Amino acid sequence: MSKNVLLYAVILIFGLAAPFVFPAFKVQLSILCVLIVLATTWNIQGGEMGYNTFGNILFYGLGMYLCASVQVGMFFPLAEWTESGGEKTFVHTPTQFFQGMAAGLVVAAIVPTIVAGLIGYAILGLRGHYFAICTLGLGVAAGEISGGIEIIGAGQGFTTPPFPNVGGLEARGEFFYFLSFGALVLTFIAVRAIYSTRFRLILNAIRDNEDKAEAMGIETMKYKIIGWMVSAFFCGLAGGIMGGLVGYIDSTDVAFDGREMGVFMVLMAILGGKGTLWGPVIGATVFHIFKEGFWTFFLGWQYVALGVLIVVIVIYFPEGIMGWLREKYPEKFGEVIDEADRKAQVELK
Amino acid sequence: MDFMVFQYPMITVQACLDGILLGILFALIAYGMALQWGVMNIINIAQGDLVILGGYIAYFMYLYGIHPAWGVIVSPIIMYFVGVGIYKLVINKVVDRDLFISILATFGISILFMQLMNFAFGADVVLANSGYGTTFLFDSAVVLPNSKIFSAFVSIVFAICLVIYMKKSKLGRAIRATAQNARAAKILGVDTEKVYAATFGLNAALCGVAGALISITFTIHPYMGLPYTIRSFMIVIVAGLGNLPGVAMSGMGLGVFEEFADYILGTEFRIGSVFLLLVLILVYRRFKLSKKREYLK
Repeated sequence: MSKNVLLYAVILIFGLAAPFVFPAFKVQLSILCVLIVLATTWNIQGGEMGYNTFGNILFYGLGMYLCASVQVGMFFPLAEWTESGGEKTFVHTPTQFFQGMAAGLVVAAIVPTIVAGLIGYAILGLRGHYFAICTLGLGVAAGEISGGIEIIGAGQGFTTPPFPNVGGLEARGEFFYFLSFGALVLTFIAVRAIYSTRFRLILNAIRDNEDKAEAMGIETMKYKIIGWMVSAFFCGLAGGIMGGLVGYIDSTDVAFDGREMGVFMVLMAILGGKGTLWGPVIGATVFHIFKEGFWTFFLGWQYVALGVLIVVIVIYFPEGIMGWLREKYPEKFGEVIDEADRKAQVELK
Repeated sequence: MDFMVFQYPMITVQACLDGILLGILFALIAYGMALQWGVMNIINIAQGDLVILGGYIAYFMYLYGIHPAWGVIVSPIIMYFVGVGIYKLVINKVVDRDLFISILATFGISILFMQLMNFAFGADVVLANSGYGTTFLFDSAVVLPNSKIFSAFVSIVFAICLVIYMKKSKLGRAIRATAQNARAAKILGVDTEKVYAATFGLNAALCGVAGALISITFTIHPYMGLPYTIRSFMIVIVAGLGNLPGVAMSGMGLGVFEEFADYILGTEFRIGSVFLLLVLILVYRRFKLSKKREYLK
């Protein structure tokens, strides 16, 4: 236990010190935090519950639009804001900006949670292929429809309020870094707390055999919906932060970006190892480093690389990094190995 | 939003005819999807991208001065080998695995194809002009491009040919046997590996035909693949696997729905309404089945 506390303390200190140690990478580190949040919350569905969703992007995009809309709408007419495009006549004062951001993040977290509850009741009864394709459809439909709504900028996009001129040039990066790092810490603590309760066992029971879980008297639907609502809460929060960080929201390229973010979160969780607490964190970190390298050096070919990467990971590496480590060092994961039994297994192979 | 549809009845006729002609094309793609789904239990997200690739083959023939209608013959032949190639490289490793693995793997192929087509053919919306002219019905109130009629006719011919082929030929029998029970077919001497490859190739060839027709009648663009996948998936789940008249009917129904959504909601919501319809259909089926304590699987 004390070893774990030490590990967490080191990570926390590293996280708090990171923007000052690597000042040039503040934006990258904030994006990494958001990616870890997304991968960790995807893992609640895909890894623990066995419901492979492409639809968590829905909550991410929803949170992004909601946060920005609230932030603008609290002080200025929203329609005029989006109509004026990039050149703004109204400017947020620092107080207005931070108040709006706070209110926006609250709304961005709560509304997707409610939406997840409603949609979840309707579609979490689907299984297998049907659930995956249905959520894929939801994500794309949300992108297409929000691209047709005038008040949030339709096709031309939505510029989020620019950061007010306080604390010099470095302040913006630090503000968003600590915001996303806070979201990451919050997510990790919440998910870890959830995983240490009976809830995780129920989710795993649903993954392994839903009919049997139901026959044992578990109200599977209730737990599936709660699980999805937890994901939606943090996805919405992450979306709100990301909207402010990017500074520009487009319906299909930034918010409901099924081709990038929607696949990334699945890929990161699988790369790290589905169904583990640390897997998505490791997966997201490795993926982000790889992605940044690739995006920088092979600009233009990144989607080709992404496609190949998906196929390769899915076919040759479906257990992920944590799964590989578990196979290699089972003792570290608390599995007791009977040496004679293992030898017999090897001989059988 | 405008309500022209209710004021001018001829627009309704136009939308219905357009929708039916379009729906026949969708049904052809959906038939390919039903084939591979039934035989290999794989949902191919790259289906739409195979369609677009087939369309580009016809478009290139048009660019080099050959009439694009010949694409209907050339494109399936090329696409057959593309399909077999994809099978040998990727699909045969995911056939027996978890269902989600196959969805994700084909999603990867889809992204790969999208981007490669974007590099190879550019990001412009293109169409191959067939020069077939148009037909006017009811005092020019209803306008039907002949290319649409041509494409519907060709689709029907190909569908009928395929049905006969599946019924009569040796390979068709092997495919149907594998679909019923792959293990039993293997025991009785069917080379299932070959059957799978042929099925995927046939599916790709059907996509090639549909793509060539789409490049003549509508437009193609490297990123337009996913809606075709979703449409064919929707048609198959509404019709049910192995129900061929059902596939044709629900394909036409979807075509008509889209045309009306286009007129009533506006073109910008067209694709969105297709995806929303998919969600609604699945939700409807889920509640219908849950009354009988069953679920979609």
